[in-house]
Amino acid sequence: MTDTTTTGVGTQAPGGVGRDAPRPDGGPKVRGEFAFSGDLWADGMVWGATLRSPHASARIRSIDTGPALDVPGVLAVVTADDLPGSKYYGLEHRDQPVFAWEVVRYAGEPIAAVAADHPETARRALKAIVVDYEVTTPLTDAEAALAAEPIHPDGNVFRHMWVRKGDPDARGPVVVEGTYEIGMQDQAFMGPEAGLAVPGDDGGVDLIVSTQWLHNDRDQIAECLGLPPERVRMTLGGVGGAFGGREDVSFQVHAALLAQVTGRPVKVVYSREESFLGHVHRHPASIWMRHSAEPDGTIVSFEARILLDGGAYRSSSYHVVANAACFAAGPYTTPNAVVEGIGVRTNNPPCGAMRGFGAVQVCFAHEAQMDKLADACAVDRIDIRLRNAMGTGDTLLTGQVVEGALPTAQVIRAAAALPLPSLDPPGPDADPLVLPGGAGLTATAGDVVRATGFAVGFKNLMYAEGYDDDSHAACRLEGGIATVTCAAAEVGQGFVTLAQQITREVLGVTDVLLAPAETSTIASAGSTSASRQTWMSGGAVEKAARAVRQQVVAHVAGLTGAAEADLRLRAGRVVAAAGPVTVDLALEDLAPAFEASVRFQHRPTFPLDADGQGDAHVSVACAAHRAVVDVDPDLGLVRVVAMATAQDVGRVLNPTAALGQIEGGIAQGVGLATMEEVVLVDGRPRNPSFTDYLIPTALDMPTVSVAWVEEPEPEAPFGAKGVGEPPVISSTPAVVAAVRAATGRDLVRVPMLPAAVAGVPSP
Amino acid sequence: MADVLLPTTLAELVAARADDPTAMLLAGGTDLMVAVNAGWTAPRSVIALRRVDELAGVRVEGDEVVVGAGTTYRRLLAPDVAPLVPALAQAARTVGSPQIRAAGTIGGNIGTASPAGDTLPVLVAAGATVALAGPDGARSLPAADVFAGVKRTALAPGEVVTGVRLPRPAGPQAYRKVGVRNAMVIAVASVALVVDAERRRVGVGLGSVGPVPLPAPEASAFAVTAIDWDAGRLHDPGATARFGELVAAASSPIDDHRSTAAYRRHAVGVMAARALRDAFPAVPGTEESAA
Amino acid sequence: MSDPYRLTVNGEERAVEDAWLGESLLHVLRERLDLPGAKGGCEQGECGSCSVRVDGELVCACLVLAAGAVGSEITTVEGLQPERGDFTDVQQAFVDEGAVQCGFCTPGLVMAVHALLDEVPEPSEVEVREAISGNLCRCTGYGRVLAAVDAAVAVRRAGVPR
Repeated sequence: MTDTTTTGVGTQAPGGVGRDAPRPDGGPKVRGEFAFSGDLWADGMVWGATLRSPHASARIRSIDTGPALDVPGVLAVVTADDLPGSKYYGLEHRDQPVFAWEVVRYAGEPIAAVAADHPETARRALKAIVVDYEVTTPLTDAEAALAAEPIHPDGNVFRHMWVRKGDPDARGPVVVEGTYEIGMQDQAFMGPEAGLAVPGDDGGVDLIVSTQWLHNDRDQIAECLGLPPERVRMTLGGVGGAFGGREDVSFQVHAALLAQVTGRPVKVVYSREESFLGHVHRHPASIWMRHSAEPDGTIVSFEARILLDGGAYRSSSYHVVANAACFAAGPYTTPNAVVEGIGVRTNNPPCGAMRGFGAVQVCFAHEAQMDKLADACAVDRIDIRLRNAMGTGDTLLTGQVVEGALPTAQVIRAAAALPLPSLDPPGPDADPLVLPGGAGLTATAGDVVRATGFAVGFKNLMYAEGYDDDSHAACRLEGGIATVTCAAAEVGQGFVTLAQQITREVLGVTDVLLAPAETSTIASAGSTSASRQTWMSGGAVEKAARAVRQQVVAHVAGLTGAAEADLRLRAGRVVAAAGPVTVDLALEDLAPAFEASVRFQHRPTFPLDADGQGDAHVSVACAAHRAVVDVDPDLGLVRVVAMATAQDVGRVLNPTAALGQIEGGIAQGVGLATMEEVVLVDGRPRNPSFTDYLIPTALDMPTVSVAWVEEPEPEAPFGAKGVGEPPVISSTPAVVAAVRAATGRDLVRVPMLPAAVAGVPSP
Repeated sequence: MADVLLPTTLAELVAARADDPTAMLLAGGTDLMVAVNAGWTAPRSVIALRRVDELAGVRVEGDEVVVGAGTTYRRLLAPDVAPLVPALAQAARTVGSPQIRAAGTIGGNIGTASPAGDTLPVLVAAGATVALAGPDGARSLPAADVFAGVKRTALAPGEVVTGVRLPRPAGPQAYRKVGVRNAMVIAVASVALVVDAERRRVGVGLGSVGPVPLPAPEASAFAVTAIDWDAGRLHDPGATARFGELVAAASSPIDDHRSTAAYRRHAVGVMAARALRDAFPAVPGTEESAA
Repeated sequence: MSDPYRLTVNGEERAVEDAWLGESLLHVLRERLDLPGAKGGCEQGECGSCSVRVDGELVCACLVLAAGAVGSEITTVEGLQPERGDFTDVQQAFVDEGAVQCGFCTPGLVMAVHALLDEVPEPSEVEVREAISGNLCRCTGYGRVLAAVDAAVAVRRAGVPR
């Protein structure tokens, strides 16, 4: 481990890289003045609302919108017939109808949208639309989908791939296997989908929305409206969290179409129920794994079959399957492997991106396996992980050599070395609120057992398999003030802070303004996902700032005769750090303005071949978690008491922001372990509300201790890796391992609900 | 009539009810507004209860504690109230969040009559009576007779809940509730235990394990015999297990998205056994098995 | 449409006209009174993002019938009065301690923490966790929020003016 004080390029700018810096949006947010996309208002504005299918599978015989148009205050009702352009959209592949018109493939699928003068009017109008459905039996079982009649012209299989490494017949003497299940998790961002669509004078449309990827949204909207992309102008509204759930388009096309049809600004704000119905979820998974090892625990072979339920439409399923398959064995050197990865289409709600993207599901399985293997070999559970830990120079299951940093062993040691709370169960004087069951006062101290669990996970950073990824940024320096333009979506993670830090660091200035993120001023920054914005858009901002810096240096060298190499930018001034010429000029006095606009790319990646081999990934990051839990075994209630984690971060660019990402990710991991699941009955979500889809409260969260493992990533700007995803990957299996230790039960499914933890079978 | 009436006396309230039987009663709003926001119901007129004096306050009348229907959960938790109604206060603490507890009322809990209503098992266990007022005057019903089914009560048209009467505490009381989260959670199963050492009575109320809050008469009768009333402990600490079994047998749960029937039955048994155990802790050195 | 009514919000009388009777206080604040600081996250009182004070009590504005709140004193995040500068001590602590990420839950949490500290000036950690247990946050895992409460308490203890 290294400390964070030496990071940076040497301008010693306050609020530069490697130090805490305040969020530029922090003040407005604490005062309630920050404009989220649901806070927008425009003259003449009307409300948009969406009619959704109550059935998971049905044929549509007819849609009669007439009665809705008769409701006073209704301005328009639109269906698929009203789309001037493509009737389909999709993040990677256009297979999802904007509005279903012949076939409904999931419960919640949009059928029509209305614009009305009041949300209550809109709601009554939706009730007035008459849809004649011929309800059909939904295909809800992922295994059955493989052989079932196709429910979509593109078939029922999004991807079926193999990763084969080494000798498929190699076996060690110790063999463990298991089958694991992961339920459907929701991103449950706090700010439901919302935005405002305003018709433009040129026949185009302006949208202010919460999204993760403005330019991709724009292209899909433009296709559906039959407009050239430049006539769909997107601006990022304030985003109330995302976590993958805003990577797909939701209401955007509906709102834009209503704005065009009505000629009025149209505001859409989803309810929480509609939010659950309106965005993709984490893929539920059924995973079989078999490991074999030498008696000392050295892994010899690994086999897995991973079945992901992608729901009705493709979204990002194709790449989630690859991620799950490529990282199925965890950060452990595995010489021989056969992995089958399958993603299928069903009549369940569509699944796509969520923080961890395929790695979460397989980590739950491989970490259960590693514990089993340790026990079968009679090796300590941490030692077996260290024995097999993957590092720089080792090969992934895909045969790709890890060229960058991968300090798995360091991360394991650092997490294990963090102070361990007492393993005595709580005493009689413990506050009952912090016992399992909390305010329900279900347990007294003697009813509670304390145990620990350990888990390690890893995941790739950034897009893969040959995707030509890039980000664009512009930087302008005028009067000593820098302005940065980048379309990267700030969704809460703190890119806006980082962009300022990087610019301060490179240019030695204090004041850095951020232009709005929008499509009309700059090209794409790519998606705020895959832990990629720190690297990609951080890299773009750094590159733009460095280009400006070079212009400044050249300009000042010309003015003064100093050698460019001798000039430094520090504290708002250009100074000569060496050489015969004395220079000390204030940046604010320099004219004219300096400006640069750049495109940033990482090194190329390549597709996987038929055996899942190839240099498909850019970089990987790992983390380890040690959970301490209190369990009430008789009632099956769990409270996570403490979580220790060490994370491979490359370099910490902002310690408080990174800590916040880690704590927040752990909360989502604890949630998946103990409570979070979208429950489906015949494909229909039974709990689309915060009353019944539970996420951790402050009384459910453990204290968190963190060790940074800083091994700079050679190709990443400032050596920093994205920090958002690893915390959510191995925190879940760490909690489950601890509960297994407390109860002696197998617990092969998450979330572990009380009935499973207490061992009460369902008849 | 106006959209929203804010009567200040019970007489005004009853008269307003009679004038407009379709008007919605608004207490804390924590149930009604969920339904309105979701579009399940649309109010055309509303009678708000918060200014009716007779619905406010908690007071002692002889051997009884009278809790006004407008009493919020937060008020039940106040230091001057909680000791008068220990199990009710404990139940109130498990309701929703601080924000919900500041708004929601016991009268609303009764009126909504959810199987998961947290105060309801306590009322059943305590043998409380529910005071009602309507066009035909005031009456009261035993709590167990108020609940007619899932979200259905035995109130006559035009009647309102004005309060509840509970015996003053005369022994250990408990409310235990299982949810899947450690705060702000709807009961998957709950148990209220109210022991009256003076009358040598043990009341049990069960929540979320039937369409209405359930008593457990056999378990209650068993407990009365299992308690050494003079010594204030159980004759045999092992009796808690049998008590739990009888409580589980009294439950009538279903499977739903919140849990399974089997777990609910199991959970009320465990909670009941623990409640009796903690109500009558074994005195060290007196157990037969003690070394 | 309901009869016109008047609400007292942040010390001001505000007229509400042409409203639908079923509108929540949250809707009226946000859409009619230009006070969007309270956020709508669940419509069921389960997320706390819309926390406001009504006659001093911390409640969820989504569960308050606006037309039934006539005569009550309503305080929203916009009505918090810093004793000096631009922020209350709690707001300043949220900024300083990294308690803000996406910020959607933040106004509600700020209101909840003020309500707690008004009643319990030096709360224990468990008291803080319980007091904010009705305010869901999906970004922070609450760690920095707890740190912010500690910081605000420390500032008050030191006697620095709010």
